Amino acid sequence: MASTVVIDKGAPTRKVKYGSMSRDRAWALRWSYFFLIVFAIFSLVPPLYMLITSLKSSAEISAATNPWWVFHPTLSNYIELLTSNQFLTFFWNSAWVSIVVVTITMLISVPAAFALSRMRFWGSATLATGVFLTYLIPDTLLFLPLFKMFAAFGDWTGIPLINRWYVLLIVYPTLTVPFCTWIMIGYFASIPKELDEAAIIDGASWFQTLTRIFIPVAMPGLIAATIFAFTVSWAQFLYPLVFTTSTDQLVLPVGIITTLIKGDVFNWGQIMTGALLGAAPPLIIYAFLMDYYIAGLTAGATKG
Amino acid sequence: MADVTLRKVIKRYDEVEAVRGIDLDIADHEFVVLVGPSGCGKSTTLRMIAGLEDISDGDIMIGGDVVNDVPPKDRDIAMVFQNYALYPHMTVAENMSFGLRLKRYPKAEIKSRVDEAARMLDIVELVDRKPKQLSGGQRQRVAMGRAIVRNPKVFLFDEPLSNLDAKLRVQMRIEIKKVHQKVRTTTVYVTHDQVEAMTLADRVVVMNHGRIEQIGTPNELYHKPATKFVASFIGSPAMNFIPCRLEDLAGKLHVRLTDRTTFPLPPARAARYQGVPRSDKLLLGLRPEHITEARPHLAPGVEAFDAVLDVTEPMGMETLIYFTLEGSQVCGRVNPNAGAQDGAPLRLAVDLNNMHLLNEVTGVVL
Repeated sequence: MASTVVIDKGAPTRKVKYGSMSRDRAWALRWSYFFLIVFAIFSLVPPLYMLITSLKSSAEISAATNPWWVFHPTLSNYIELLTSNQFLTFFWNSAWVSIVVVTITMLISVPAAFALSRMRFWGSATLATGVFLTYLIPDTLLFLPLFKMFAAFGDWTGIPLINRWYVLLIVYPTLTVPFCTWIMIGYFASIPKELDEAAIIDGASWFQTLTRIFIPVAMPGLIAATIFAFTVSWAQFLYPLVFTTSTDQLVLPVGIITTLIKGDVFNWGQIMTGALLGAAPPLIIYAFLMDYYIAGLTAGATKG
Repeated sequence: MADVTLRKVIKRYDEVEAVRGIDLDIADHEFVVLVGPSGCGKSTTLRMIAGLEDISDGDIMIGGDVVNDVPPKDRDIAMVFQNYALYPHMTVAENMSFGLRLKRYPKAEIKSRVDEAARMLDIVELVDRKPKQLSGGQRQRVAMGRAIVRNPKVFLFDEPLSNLDAKLRVQMRIEIKKVHQKVRTTTVYVTHDQVEAMTLADRVVVMNHGRIEQIGTPNELYHKPATKFVASFIGSPAMNFIPCRLEDLAGKLHVRLTDRTTFPLPPARAARYQGVPRSDKLLLGLRPEHITEARPHLAPGVEAFDAVLDVTEPMGMETLIYFTLEGSQVCGRVNPNAGAQDGAPLRLAVDLNNMHLLNEVTGVVL
């Protein structure tokens, strides 16, 4: 009898408590889905519109029909762009610039981040903050002085930098190196101190500690930084617009704008197609590296 | 294998002296445990031996060579860390062989060494796993394996068992002792756990405030502590300290605890404490096992008294009793059948043959 009473007393309290918890969670879930949907619509509508427009002929684009529907789908925009030497030149210029910039960035920022996060030397903390502050200076402030500098350098040495695609190899790292260094400092800082101490006692040099312990362990961070550097160099618009003008030196974002807009004539079909094709490489890279990006490799290194 | 010597070793961080001049001689094959509360400088001392911290002053010698400016990798030491510090992207075998691979040992030798260490530590079936697939105890075994395969001059352990649960800790403690019996490598082991120190060490170094309080075998520290700190740190439950004075009553030396309670000292003790000024403020140090239930026939040097128990803690093979004596809480150990009950009176006996007398001001054991 007594035990029944206890159960009767205990059960409702537990139920109410549990119920309120799950109700809170259900509401949180609903709200997060609501905002996710709003966000998804907001970010997916422009690419969808680009896709729709890229499948239309110029005549259909300028006709007063429903802009959200393709009545006579055609691949003519794609064929024209992919067979035009100009577009392929932009594409290759972009690819070259991005790949080289990513390489330069990683070669500089990974050792820099390692040094700043692990080798305690005089002024390292100030330097680390300084690196981040450089990133905060907007490129719109810098392009004029940079232009003057590059022009002066060309006059002085005879090596032309203005209107050459390779000038971007010098300019882009000013954007990517500080940020990637900062990301990598964060990742390296999350690696337990004992791990490099163990490596040092095992006989590893600083360089071996970096290459055989830190880089493999911080791979997710390294990939995040790589993706960032690639995206920045691939999508950068202002610097290539300022520093390059000849069609054979242009990269994709600027090339599309300058060659497909002729005066006040906008070749919308090809602009949309070019933009869509230009957006593809970063998307593919994201898709491939996402698993690495999310996976936490530090699990099991230490307790917990 | 080598001996390790510390000569007046000092570590300063800006204004703070973490280690204040340590002299320590560790013999070849010896297992020495540095023990003390957190912040006593024991870990810093170990890290200075490892070369992970620079020393501010003094000398550290390994195998007779001064290693003050020798980088860790050239000191031929191996270290086991509290949080294991395994390389997460390597398998167990790769973790253990990392140091040997860096030194470009032949593959066959690496394999035989790893196999031997894995057998010794009973982790043969784990060698292809990654650290995240291992339990805490297994990870600590791998960390030890990584130290063993290097066959270094000195093993350094930095609180290796602190992250394990109590049961596993006892098991790993025995494991560490077995490994040391097999490989006989000179070992310096840091812990804050006095039980670990007592059970593992050939000699224990008790540290406090960056200084060595006492060096001795576990038994020496337990039975002949030099200071109040050592007396209270070693042993669980801790030694009781009861304020007292010496007094001459009827030609015999007595220790007076309260107005009502005095105990005559046994002859050996009386002779030893004869020269202590009677006015000095003293502490009577008694281990719990020397306060027991009174038997009908008291041995020489054992004195009976009555107490009202505050709390009793039955432990199975014994019962811990707590009572108040002149404002100090006192712990004793009685037989489970002695009839000790919370709040009840009990006739107790104190064994003064094993007493300690301390100067209350200086903390020195007289």
